[in-house]
Amino acid sequence: MAEAANFKAIGTRPIRPDGVEKVTGRANFGADLNLPDMLHGKVLRSPHAHARIKRIDLTKAQAMDGVYAAISSADFPQEVTSSLSKNILARDKVLYHGHALAAVAARTPRIAEEALDRIEVEYEVLLPVLTLDDAMQENATLVCEDLRTNDDESSPPSNIAASQRFERGNVTKGFAEADVIVQEEFRVPSAHQGYIEPHACVATSNPGGRVTIWCTTQGPFEVRSATAGVLKKTVSDIKVIPSEIGGGFGGKTVVYLEPVAVRLSELTGKPVKMVMNREEVFRATGPASATLCKIKVGAKKDGRVTAATAWLAYEAGAFPGSPVGPGCMSVFAPYDINNFLVEGYDVLVNKPKVAAYRAPGAPQSMHAMECAIDELAQKLDMDPIDLRLKNAAKEGTIAPYGPKFPPIGLVECLEAAKQHPNYVRKPSEEVGRGVAVGFWFNIGMQSSAEVNIAEDGAVSIMEGSPDIGGSRASMCLMAAETLGVPYETINAHVGDTESTGFCNLTGGSRTTFATGLAVVKACEDVIAQCKARAAMTWELDVEQVDWKDGQAVPKPGVNIDVEPLSLADIAKTMSRTGGPLLGRASLNAQGAGACFSVNWTDVTIDRETGKVDVKAFTAIQDAGRAIHPAYVEGQMQGGAVQGLGWALNEEYIYDENGIVENASFLDYRVPVASDMPMIDCEIVEVPNPSHPYGVRGVGETPIVAPLAATSNAVRDLLGFRINDLPLSPPNVLAAIDAAD
Amino acid sequence: MSNFGYVAPTTVEETLAVLQRATDQGQRTQILAGGTDVIVQFRSFDNSHRLFVDIKALKETNDIRIENELVFIGAAIPSGVLNENAELKALFPGLLEAADLIGSTQIQGRASIGGNLCNSSPAGDTIPALIVNSALCVIATNEGTRTVPAENFVTGVGRNCLEAYEFLLGFQIPRPSTDTGDAYLRFIPRTEMDIAVAGAAASLTLNHDGICERARVSIGAVAPTPLLVSSAAEALIGTTADENALQQAAQACSDAAQPITDKRGTVEYRRKVVGVLCRRAGAIARDRALSNRN
Repeated sequence: MAEAANFKAIGTRPIRPDGVEKVTGRANFGADLNLPDMLHGKVLRSPHAHARIKRIDLTKAQAMDGVYAAISSADFPQEVTSSLSKNILARDKVLYHGHALAAVAARTPRIAEEALDRIEVEYEVLLPVLTLDDAMQENATLVCEDLRTNDDESSPPSNIAASQRFERGNVTKGFAEADVIVQEEFRVPSAHQGYIEPHACVATSNPGGRVTIWCTTQGPFEVRSATAGVLKKTVSDIKVIPSEIGGGFGGKTVVYLEPVAVRLSELTGKPVKMVMNREEVFRATGPASATLCKIKVGAKKDGRVTAATAWLAYEAGAFPGSPVGPGCMSVFAPYDINNFLVEGYDVLVNKPKVAAYRAPGAPQSMHAMECAIDELAQKLDMDPIDLRLKNAAKEGTIAPYGPKFPPIGLVECLEAAKQHPNYVRKPSEEVGRGVAVGFWFNIGMQSSAEVNIAEDGAVSIMEGSPDIGGSRASMCLMAAETLGVPYETINAHVGDTESTGFCNLTGGSRTTFATGLAVVKACEDVIAQCKARAAMTWELDVEQVDWKDGQAVPKPGVNIDVEPLSLADIAKTMSRTGGPLLGRASLNAQGAGACFSVNWTDVTIDRETGKVDVKAFTAIQDAGRAIHPAYVEGQMQGGAVQGLGWALNEEYIYDENGIVENASFLDYRVPVASDMPMIDCEIVEVPNPSHPYGVRGVGETPIVAPLAATSNAVRDLLGFRINDLPLSPPNVLAAIDAAD
Repeated sequence: MSNFGYVAPTTVEETLAVLQRATDQGQRTQILAGGTDVIVQFRSFDNSHRLFVDIKALKETNDIRIENELVFIGAAIPSGVLNENAELKALFPGLLEAADLIGSTQIQGRASIGGNLCNSSPAGDTIPALIVNSALCVIATNEGTRTVPAENFVTGVGRNCLEAYEFLLGFQIPRPSTDTGDAYLRFIPRTEMDIAVAGAAASLTLNHDGICERARVSIGAVAPTPLLVSSAAEALIGTTADENALQQAAQACSDAAQPITDKRGTVEYRRKVVGVLCRRAGAIARDRALSNRN
């Protein structure tokens, strides 16, 4: 692997290929497409958190002038009974405030909205299940009457969709060896991904059954398969064209509107556009799970952890599928612990079905563990970084979730933190500081890439990963490095499901790693072809030709006097040497390296109002190799701000009937720019051996540590711990008053 | 098919005539200044048909007059424009800071304190500041103008004393003496772009011995309407507005508050914080009065 210093393109910070279009407002996002004769679709949503649908009468809506179709779940294949299908349009019950249950297509959005008012629905309102405690108690009201834990037909129906348990060693023995034990419970509320662009799509169908969908998504191929599944179509009936995407953070990995728009288009024969408003986004799309995490950790006087247990309950929303699994797998991931036990529960409540949100599952469980570690440091009077160093996982450690860690960068991040001027400089009396560690597994999965060489030598990359965080720039940089040509001669394009090879979604921090790997391999394919063309031109064997600095050259020792042939030279004559140059690669990437981080938050607290102000925040993270450091820092800063928002003010406010009271950005309080200090970033590079340039995914880890880092900072300043998030002014003031 | 009508009269008489005619015909009218509340509400909550009567084209609603005894501020002047007026800023720093708290820079290019008052939210930031400055609301009617003290203008949540055929022209405010200072503070969980959980304004006049001779205290977001808290003022008058007196005023505000629990705060939280804000705003007003005199 080349040393960083030897790179020409990698590690530089050029502007992104899609930048001009975006900053000048020309880029097309989900709601920007309009087609001739297009209809507008709107969704009727449940006013109740839990109710049986006794009757839906669409006739008055259908009879309205300008209305072309009104549908309910009865208009969908009834044999499809997936959660997805029931979430898109409710069947017999509505399961949360905002659950879709009917839709209309009309000439204008206003007519469609008026038509919704004419749909008659008779409900039998049921008691809603709104908290983990209520959902998990015996004789709880059931969200789903025939759901049994782990599909065990012998057990009674339950709101607990699944449970899991894994352990190592002997925790009883481990705790017996401990000199100190910390045992605490922590609650983290639901948080929404808060992407600025609401869900939007346009669907058209033709009489032959072919469908085209334009939409904002993290995964066009997943939209294709999900839509096909709900509508009982084959995937080859559906073409999905992704728009530019205005944020996703995991929330645009699932479908809500697309199958409905397709069905409306099939029934009307016209294109149908559907765009959610912000209230719909909050009421009906995926938040992260609210959780209850019980943690117990024991350690020797020297700080060595002897045992740990975690009991984790995650709200799934109205359908099974919370990220409690990754929550369980990540809770102890940063530490080398011989005795542990982890239990996890996936719990249904009458709230929207949760969706992935940046490192899904990890922020909640790791908040609990990182707070417990902080308590341990307090009890042991140890520096929180030293305590973590004492127990840190490193290459060769068997991860709690099974595999042996390849090279990972946790120790390097902790050591960088200890030496960082922001850490060395101790906070003043009025400032509290809290440290926490973050982690995410990262994934590989399938990607494809094509690299086309134009006749002037310009390079065009075609791949299938929607560009959320600057991935086009990263692809161009890796191609520039591999081919040895200037970054400016390369462009990257995100194809649709029929113009590029299969590609899994942009998620799991996989794009720069896996799609990047495909791009590098496709470039190597181009290089191989260029060498063959040069060999043909020079009448040499291809083995006698090298590729160096963007040029074909005879290998050292080959006795021939020729000028090197650049990519442009070869491109110019390609019609005579075998036709177009086209490199390809497709793969199922293995070995996505885990990503660790260390964060610390410095806070002040207004003790009379309970307001916590973040005065400084430092993020240190292992990127493996930062292809475009500015975009790595962008991920670190963006994740930090989302994590800080979750720690401080973000939460859903429900009334006693399960009605969401704050479905707007006014009252669902994500941080505004002036709330945040500069997020200082330091990138650590412990290269991932499974990627030619050492890349690790960096997109998700940044949201994990800020929750506990902020809790720990508040604890440092107040002298006592507030276990539950958010650390909003009323909660903090109540805790201060209670402590007085 | 539009759901609204729109007129932009250029004189007070024409505006009153439009309002009268529409009202007589049973048509709903809505006065439009910056529209930063009105248009959002129309789009989000209640889009029933109405006639928007834009008052931005009137000379009177855009007027700023600073005279020896009185200051007049037109109802439709954007807060961004007000805050560029150095003389006004020196006279009413608290009022202008209140205006500057509402919305973003872009919003402040449209939003007016007249609109903030007429929106009549319990949490309207400029209302307590208008109240402590003894502002009189100047209302155009068919019989000429009438005036209403700011503390009597708002009559309930989203309701006020304006009749359908009247509109607000502006504010007539006594020019503060040089030994007077005002201040407004609100609490929000963020730093901007939010709605007050509680707010408090104070205006204090100190004599040459530093004794408070005149005080007005008003609180917002803790009752159906912003409140003038005379008991808080009484706690300050005759004192140097020291910590002790300010604490008494704070307690008076907490006692006067009639808050509710909603998505923005609880009864207990609001009651406590409104006192804290009164104490802090009172101290700023006191210090401003002292420094104005020097």
